[in-house]
Amino acid sequence: MSDFLHMGGYAIYVWASYLLGLLVVAVNLWQPWRAEREVWRQLTRRRKHEERMRESETS
Amino acid sequence: MWAWLHRQGSPKRFYNWSGTLARWAGWGSLLLGVAGLYYALFASPPDYQQGESVRIMYVHVPAAWLSMFIYMNIAAASLVSLVWRIKVADMFAAASAPIGAWFTFLALATGSLWGKPMWGTWWIWDARLTSELILLFLYLGYIGLLAAIEERETAARAAAVLALVGVVNIPIIHYSVEWWSTLHQGATVTKFDKPSIDWTMLRPLLLMAFSATLFYVAVALRLARTELLRRERESQWVRELIDGRQGGGRR
Repeated sequence: MSDFLHMGGYAIYVWASYLLGLLVVAVNLWQPWRAEREVWRQLTRRRKHEERMRESETS
Repeated sequence: MWAWLHRQGSPKRFYNWSGTLARWAGWGSLLLGVAGLYYALFASPPDYQQGESVRIMYVHVPAAWLSMFIYMNIAAASLVSLVWRIKVADMFAAASAPIGAWFTFLALATGSLWGKPMWGTWWIWDARLTSELILLFLYLGYIGLLAAIEERETAARAAAVLALVGVVNIPIIHYSVEWWSTLHQGATVTKFDKPSIDWTMLRPLLLMAFSATLFYVAVALRLARTELLRRERESQWVRELIDGRQGGGRR
């Protein structure tokens, strides 16, 4: 196990590379998730607002 | 055939099929990625010259491949958007750019981390490294241009032209190692004759590269369809979508 982590003396370089890769993947998973949540929040808010306007018009 | 393709580019159609495709691509990417990581870290031999540091390749090469592949996708989508005025192509190109920039950064950073122990330097103004750095600037310029121009149509057209002009950099990156013989090693996979890399190392490389490609497809489609929803918020199909969701729909 420690041999594996040691990576023949290249541990810093190898693990930093994989960590960076993981980071880039994480950022790119988070971005669309955040964008989707934001858009749906906007859309539902607008829709509710529209409905309220219509109700106040009819009553 | 063309009529059918064109119809799939309509906002509502695109929204529907892109969701399904993104989901499949996402799961495919995860599956190939797990297998790829297993072979990359556990079930592949150290290099006879580079030792264990060769494992950086399984991150570096897929990132570099993706940096160019995404750029080609942006250029193709830009062409489609300029010629046929298909809005969805625009959004796909715009959604691709940040992903491309991230993977270009990853290719440069992991290259640096590989260069230090193998070449003895973090950076050198070698043709391959320099042209890849220019690619990063192209991505950033593209993103900046889109953000800087207020009017959306104009912004999209300007960015599309920039993307198409920048395509000239892609063959330069690819052939840089042949045209200028420099520190960066030559191609080992994308050769027309037999690749000069052993199967035990090619296997994790291919798995990681396919995984990365599917990852890009999934993320770009999700970003594009989110942007589509924002722009089409006034249209009937989006209204129906919102109502369906509020009425105890999925999620």
